[in-house]
This record gives sequence, C-alpha cells and structure tokens, in this order.
Amino acid sequence: MFKNFMRKHFRKINEINEKYATPSLVMSRPVKVCLLLLRCYLLLLVGLLLYKFITVLTA
Amino acid sequence: MNIFTKLFYMFRRSWKALRLFLILSGPGLVVMIADNDAGGITTYAATGAKYGYNFIWFLIALVPVAYFVQEMTVRLGAVTKRGHAEAIFENFGAFWGWFSLIDLVFCDWLTLITEFIGMTAAMGIFGVPPWLTILGVIGIMGFMVLNGRYWTWEKITMGFCLLNLIYIPAAFWVRPDTSAVLAGVIPNLPGGKFDNQLFFFLMANIGTTIAPWMIFFQQSAVVDKGMTEKDIPFGKFDTLLGSILTVVVAAFIIIVVGTVLPGMEIDDAAQASKMLMGTHGYAGTFMAIGLFDAGLLGAICISLASSWALGEIFGWAHSLNNKIKEAPWFYAAYFLALVTAGGVVLIPGAPLVLITLFVQVVAVTLLPAALVFLILLLNDEKTMGAYKNTLFENIVNIGIVSVIVVLSSLYAASALFPSLFG
Repeated sequence: MFKNFMRKHFRKINEINEKYATPSLVMSRPVKVCLLLLRCYLLLLVGLLLYKFITVLTA
Repeated sequence: MNIFTKLFYMFRRSWKALRLFLILSGPGLVVMIADNDAGGITTYAATGAKYGYNFIWFLIALVPVAYFVQEMTVRLGAVTKRGHAEAIFENFGAFWGWFSLIDLVFCDWLTLITEFIGMTAAMGIFGVPPWLTILGVIGIMGFMVLNGRYWTWEKITMGFCLLNLIYIPAAFWVRPDTSAVLAGVIPNLPGGKFDNQLFFFLMANIGTTIAPWMIFFQQSAVVDKGMTEKDIPFGKFDTLLGSILTVVVAAFIIIVVGTVLPGMEIDDAAQASKMLMGTHGYAGTFMAIGLFDAGLLGAICISLASSWALGEIFGWAHSLNNKIKEAPWFYAAYFLALVTAGGVVLIPGAPLVLITLFVQVVAVTLLPAALVFLILLLNDEKTMGAYKNTLFENIVNIGIVSVIVVLSSLYAASALFPSLFG
C-alpha cells in the first residue's frame, strides 16, 4: 500500500515537472536579473544558516 | 426629479453597493486581521511595554505597506483564477515552483506550531490544559471546513475577526492618557534616540506586517470565492479596510500594554495578560481571549494556505465548496498540518523557543521570492492585460518590497545572531 502510494506520487511529481518545465513568463533581461539576484540572496541565506549550524555544533 | 426622489435613488444605489460589498468582502479582511496572529500580539505587547504609545504612528505608516502588497494578490487571483503557488509554477518553472511550495508548507507548519503555543498559553491562564485546547481547536477548525461551503467558513472566520476587536474595550478599561496617545500618533523617535534596540523593534513590527502565507492565502481565497475582474474594486476596498483594522487592533494592544506595563520586559503575550490581570482583571482577561483568538485566526488561515497550494499543484480538488469525499487529499493535508503542529506543542521538552526563532528565518527565505514573483507577474501584460501594475503602483510596490526584503533579512540575521544588534 505504501509502495503504491509512493510510486503514484513520484509519478505525479514527474508529471508536474514536465508540465511546468518551460516557464510561460517571457524571460526578459529584467526578469533574468531578478531571478539571478534571488538565487544569490538565497545562497547567502543558506550560507548564513550553515555558518550558524557549524558554530553551534563546534561551540 | 425632486430632491426626495434623488435622495431615494442615492440611498438605493448606496444600499445596493453595501450589500454587494458585504457579499464580496472576506479574503482581505480575514487575511489582514489574521495577520495579528499570536506572534504579532507578542510583538505589539513587547513594543507597547518598551516604547509606550510612541510606536503608534509607525504602525499607522504600515497601513499602505500591507495594502499595496496584498491588493496585488486580489488582482492576480481575480484575473488569472489561479493561486500564487500555481502562478509561480506556471510562470517561473518547476525549480522556483518547488522551492516556493516546499518552503511555504514548511514555514506554515512551523508558524502553525507558534499559533498553538500562543493558544495553549492563553487558555492555560484560564486553567485549560494544553491537550484540551489543541483538541478543541482542531474540533472547531474541523467543523468550520467540513460543512462544505466556502461562504459558511468565511462568515464563521469573520466572527472570529470581530472578536479580535476585543483589545479596543480593553484599552478603554485601562483609562489611558488621551493626550499622550494622540501625541503617539504624530511621528516621533521612540525612546528619544535611534539605537540597536529601536532598530530591532522596527524590524519586528515590519516583519509581522507581511508574511509569506498571507500572499498565498489571499490569492487562493480570492480564487475559491470565485471573484472576477469586475469584483476587483470591492476586493481592494476589502483589503484596505482589513489593513486599517489590523493596525487599529495593533495600536490598541500597544495602548493597553503601554498604559499598564510601561518599561516592563515582555517575552510573550500570555505573560503580559497575566501581569495585566494583577491590576486590571478585565483588561488582562480580554488580552488572553484576544491572544487565543489571534492564534486561532492565524491557524485557520495558515493551514488553508498550505492545503490550497498543495491542491493547486498536485491537481487535487481544493475548494472549501467541496465535501470531504470530493476533496480527500485537500482535507487530509489540512488536518495533518493541524494534528502534527498541535502534537509538537504537547511533546515534553520540545524546543518551542527555538522553533519560534527559526520561523522568522524560514519565512525570510520565502518572503523576498514571493514578493518579487508577485511584482513580476503583475507586470506581465499578456496575463494581466488592463489590470497590470501602473507606473505609480510599480514605484510604490518596488519601494515597499525593497524595504521589506532588507529589514526582514536583517531581522532574520538578528534571530540567528542575537549579538548583531546589541
């Protein structure tokens, strides 16, 4: 039962990935810049979280 | 046409508009009042105790901030008939879609825990054990959604929103100095100097004004309610009224705490309620009832924001107009979030303080992305047509979003590194 549930939902995730593979919004330069800045921002946040995690562990 | 006939037609037109507004109002009022959730009440109580009435002007300044961000979700939902999660998947692709969905569900679940912490603390004041509060809350929330009608759910929620106004009589009860309150409405520098602590409180108050779940919730609610382009003016007014009410409630909390507990260190709203009860029994009781109601309203909206988003992406039936048999996964997600979040609060020795701090950090990973996506989508002429952002809206919204992103990031940094702001 669990196996069937997982298989069904993995298939669903693949379907979703295929359905939304191509963004429908026109990727103009401002849009690309915004998305790039967002990626950088998230990397910075993840970096801060990792730093905090390491400092807590080593303290 | 004589004057009486003119007056009659004017009255009839106004009455018709009011009736239509009463039918169409809801998502904006609910989301804005629910924004004053358990965490928000604690922030306002701590602010009132620390700075007295001097922060009221700043809260008033937050009305346009909340309004301009949330009215974009009304337009986007009414025009596209899609929730925010689905809009992100479709317009920005699967990577940003999954990022937003997973982050939203996780952040909502953590926030739900904080709502349960607030509700159990509030009911604890009246001697109700936490397990009973959690069971009662799940029962109330189950009853609200299982009748299978969006309209009924919305009207019950509006009743809880009305209860949120309980802080207003509480403020009259404590007899504040009216001239001092009015002086707080005029812009001033709380505490007389700009220091790290003031900066922290500014960030905390802005942080409670806009949360990621609010964007996802209101857009999905607009869609579930079936609002269309012609309903946008009513949706905007509903949102404006909600943003004014949320600030009114926040201001009255500051007045209550600022009058009775000036200069006290407040760690949470339940503690403030207990302290108030010592000198002003009714005001303290009202504060505790208000805290429970705030947590309940937050829980109602947050759990639905996640369930709607999951339903949109996984293609499940995801309307409150569906019976449980018609949308089993939607309701399963709703109850799973509630039961597990409530369960965490009951675990002995659970790191609840850590969870409360962690929520702020997780919210900040999603908030900038959700806001940036919102502005980009509202500028897409192909999707929005005549309802896209005007130049004025873009200037205002980009300004607001930039300030929110910078300040909420600093707030999260201060939660991670408490020594950062002294």
